Amino acid sequence: MSITADAVEAARAEGRSAFIGYLPAGYPDKETSIAAAIALAENGADVLEIGIPYSDPVMDGPVIQQATTEVLARGFRMDEVFEIVAAVTAATDAAVLVMTYWNLIDRMGPEVFARRLAEAGGAGAITPDLTPDEAGAWIAAAEAHDLDRVFLAAPTSTPERMRRIAEASRGFVYGVSLMGVTGARTEVSDAAERVVSAAHSAGAGRVCVGLGVSTRSHVEEIGGYADGVIVGTALVAALRDGGVEAVAAKAAELSGRA
Amino acid sequence: MTDSAAAGSSHRDAEGPYYGPYGGRWMPESLIAALDEVEQTFGEAREDEEFVAEYQRLCRDYTGRPSLLAEVPRFAAEQGAARILLKREDLNHTGSHKINNVLGQALLARRMGKTRLIAETGAGQHGVATATAAALMGMECMIYMGAEDTRRQALNVARMRLLGAEVVAVEHGAKTLKDAINEALRDWVATVENTHYLLGTVTGPHPFPSMVRWFHQVIGEEAREQMLAQEGRLPDAVAACVGGGSNAMGLFHAFLDDAEVALHGYEAGGDGVETGRHAAAITLGRSGVLHGARSYLMQDEDGQTLDSHSISAGLDYPSVGPEHAHLADSGRAIYEPVTDAECMTAFETLCRTEGIIPAIESAHALAGAARLSAAWTAEDPAAAAEKIIVVSLSGRGDKDVGTAAEWFDLLDAEQQEQQEQQEQQDEDEQDEDEQGDETGVQA
Repeated sequence: MSITADAVEAARAEGRSAFIGYLPAGYPDKETSIAAAIALAENGADVLEIGIPYSDPVMDGPVIQQATTEVLARGFRMDEVFEIVAAVTAATDAAVLVMTYWNLIDRMGPEVFARRLAEAGGAGAITPDLTPDEAGAWIAAAEAHDLDRVFLAAPTSTPERMRRIAEASRGFVYGVSLMGVTGARTEVSDAAERVVSAAHSAGAGRVCVGLGVSTRSHVEEIGGYADGVIVGTALVAALRDGGVEAVAAKAAELSGRA
Repeated sequence: MTDSAAAGSSHRDAEGPYYGPYGGRWMPESLIAALDEVEQTFGEAREDEEFVAEYQRLCRDYTGRPSLLAEVPRFAAEQGAARILLKREDLNHTGSHKINNVLGQALLARRMGKTRLIAETGAGQHGVATATAAALMGMECMIYMGAEDTRRQALNVARMRLLGAEVVAVEHGAKTLKDAINEALRDWVATVENTHYLLGTVTGPHPFPSMVRWFHQVIGEEAREQMLAQEGRLPDAVAACVGGGSNAMGLFHAFLDDAEVALHGYEAGGDGVETGRHAAAITLGRSGVLHGARSYLMQDEDGQTLDSHSISAGLDYPSVGPEHAHLADSGRAIYEPVTDAECMTAFETLCRTEGIIPAIESAHALAGAARLSAAWTAEDPAAAAEKIIVVSLSGRGDKDVGTAAEWFDLLDAEQQEQQEQQEQQDEDEQDEDEQGDETGVQA
């Protein structure tokens, strides 16, 4: 049914929370980004998020922004995303989601985007600037191609909105742990636990938490109440500073395999 | 105010979130609660007599409203036979129309219990107005401004700092208005509990387009009344520059149901739309989503936003307010590009013939009016002489004197050197700002 839900449930069946790792598509180049994503999966990631570089990434902090700006500057095109997703899904068992700002889907057309993502073996998409209120076209396209769609839930989301988010999502609900953009932090706010509990109460089957996770102790702490833990900035910084090997090492540390 | 609003079918009834297929709220979930709060507070406040009275009192006693509607015959005579009247928003306190919206939103922020205002700014006019309102109401203030713009508009950076605001030079992307908005949104996502994002134009997620327009409607309402009182009739055309489009929406709104009044918006044509170096979103854009709204957008084949270009920092934006997109599609308003060169000719003519230095943004509207008058005159000089164009002179040009001096080569060698040294100094200051910015974003 849902590739992403199956991956998270498989982790739960092992008595742990799922480990979800983010890397930008094409960073620092296409081949390295494929190798880094595969290394991430081989070192404990159950779900991979491939971020599509975008000119106006309002939800990304400085580390991810800098990486994606570099990728755009070298002439990145959307075709690369599908090549990367196809190469990674061919080499690993991890569920592969893309994370994308809405205008990139809008420009291609939701139907074409969904078809190409499904053909590449992608599990679905996380859409940080799309709420269920504006998502009619995306949900229809995702349904038609059996893709997961992950919407964000915030500490400030009302119970009514939580219900809509839970209903519209397939795969998991992405709980924003801290009011802020992505970036490594030393402590994860207790708002995370409230978001997870509110989303579960609203009917979400799986709630994973991201934004601000950078250490194994964060992973363990959040894993105590969330179905999955999402890490982005810490992995991108590792890739930037130490290449694929550093990503492998960081992933192993975060997943508790090190 | 108007006697002609036909029930249900008027453009004047548009309250958002959608304007035809445009508008909406394409925003991170983290900001939805804040947008709901703004929408609800605004909805209550506009029906609250006390709030409206307080807003009107500030407009009168602080801004100096109503602004004049004044004829510029010597300027008009150089363009053609038509008469041209200026709606003098440049005479408002802080020097532009921006103060209308800023005072309204600052009052709303206070009503919501927020203690900190943040804003983006292009030319610096909105930043100055926001810093002014923050000073007036005793609020903290942080202004995000593209690094490119802090160079072109150094005087306004100093003004904002004098007013007690912190100015952050944004070094991302094209370092202009759109990047300043990105950075302000990032700030707001993290600080929404105590902070109001005082968006400066009729773009962004609902309720900003309808709310910002509401605070600017006074421009057109006054102009319409003044025309009736001074001339005994409505104008044949009204003209305004369009970046995001707030002064244009404010002017247009009162005339939407007056079918005999043509509505003209002038976008920044930069070096010419055929060069690709422009900011004419309606002329050459296509539907897309940026900063929370669907509208016309300058984007590439993949949906990446294209860099816009204009001599005017305030119009240097690759999209436009969603209500303008809808008015363009419906044909009710006409949008055309004006190049940097045409705009600077109009700028110089107004200075020389009327003793009024306009903002370079507003000079786009002057150039548009000049074009209209010339075309009418070529067609039928006698008929053209009976026509009246009202132009929104949205801001004054003190901030643009440096740009104009460079454009017209008005400085002698020694002054040139001084100006270059000043620019170098500004850049050094920005380097310091960047370091401050870095720690701010990481927090």
